[in-house]
Amino acid sequence: MKNQSFSLLITTLAVVFLVFTPGCKKDKQTQEGSSQKEVVQVDSIDQQLIKDVKEVKEMFYSMPSPLEVAMILKEAGKSYNPELLNPVAHNSRYVTTKSRALNLGIYTTDLSYASLYDQTQTTIDYINAAKKMAEGLGIMHAIDQKTVERLEANVNNRDVILDIISETILNSSSFFKENEREAISTIVLIGGWVEGLYIATHLVEESPSQQDINNNEMIARIADQKMALNTIMKLQQKHRSNEHLSSVMSDIKELKRIYDQITIKSSKVVPVKDTTTNVTTLKSETTLTMTPQIYKQLKEKIDVIRTKFIS
Amino acid sequence: MSKLSNTLAILAFLMLIPLLGQSQCKHFAKQVCQKELAPYIHNGNYNAAILTEGETAEMYKTFYAKQQYRIYICESSAMPKIHFQVLDVDRNVLYDNKTNGYKMKWDFIPESSQQLIISLKVEDGENDSEGDPISGCVAIMIGLKKEDQQKEASP
Repeated sequence: MKNQSFSLLITTLAVVFLVFTPGCKKDKQTQEGSSQKEVVQVDSIDQQLIKDVKEVKEMFYSMPSPLEVAMILKEAGKSYNPELLNPVAHNSRYVTTKSRALNLGIYTTDLSYASLYDQTQTTIDYINAAKKMAEGLGIMHAIDQKTVERLEANVNNRDVILDIISETILNSSSFFKENEREAISTIVLIGGWVEGLYIATHLVEESPSQQDINNNEMIARIADQKMALNTIMKLQQKHRSNEHLSSVMSDIKELKRIYDQITIKSSKVVPVKDTTTNVTTLKSETTLTMTPQIYKQLKEKIDVIRTKFIS
Repeated sequence: MSKLSNTLAILAFLMLIPLLGQSQCKHFAKQVCQKELAPYIHNGNYNAAILTEGETAEMYKTFYAKQQYRIYICESSAMPKIHFQVLDVDRNVLYDNKTNGYKMKWDFIPESSQQLIISLKVEDGENDSEGDPISGCVAIMIGLKKEDQQKEASP
């Protein structure tokens, strides 16, 4: 009996030790750093954010996921271009938390993009590249060998592949949330989002005219990312003490300065329900104001940032 | 020795409870909620929290033009009803599940890209005068309609 109680004690304490030790140590360091920085930066915290947090128990700012980014690219109706992907051979370059997180997002967007165009071998290659990034970040279970084997076994079934990709994104985002490493999750999403922008801007003709800008579906989706940028800024405020995210944000803020020159005006949104399908259409009209010069600046800045992320 | 070790074991277990809650929420989102979105595909983003009756949560998200979405509010069993609304940036109500029999799913297509707010509140339970308030996992799941299905759906 004594032995049983002792074993129970040792087992329980071991579990507690394993669960708390690595995460807590890091969190404590982060929290200490954040409290110091908060004193300096408290004046500049978004007052609206403070108001929101006080009134609402939980606030979620949701960026487009790599899968969503790829689906937007496909929906805008352009063809597949494998030369736009970050080569899988680059994966050995990424040895820091920041570069692994960024390139987990980048490879996941590439993987999603390739899978939507039924590029079977590329899909397998890119899930392996993403797996290496996940392993480097300590989230082995997010994309494990079983995931790769399941994908290989269903390589001709796009629906199953998309489900697998969705699960891997959920595995990593939930792991980061559970372990209070949401800032890393934000970096993953920023990587995937920038990759989507890079692919999108390279699928548009080199120097679009004003008429192209006004009528091109892909350019409209590129301009729409101004709204996603607002979400990124909110996420940055939430995790402002994280040094990796701050470093990524210096590039994103430069991009924001260009996006700030774009104007998107939307009319009142009117929901209209189709009673046959039970699907509601949110009717509204949008007017985009962007000159070819601004588009050129935007494309060049995205190229610079993406090159930095994959280097 | 036996008494001491049992006490320590209980204390250790109590320390684990908050983590177990988060972990259970994660498994709930993966095992239950993700499947419930079908035939829409989950975008992969994890947005779930433990909420208690009376508490609110909000999600800010951009929804893109011509993409068909499903919003699904997924809650663990024994939770009171969830009241959720979808609002535009000026907080005009575009959908209210309270006027739709507390349906937890809403399918829509934005004609142009929109930043929307999903606002939810855990309603007060029916037996709230007795015992502790009920808490549980609530997940906001965003589903995307697969391209092939979208083509089939479009006229």
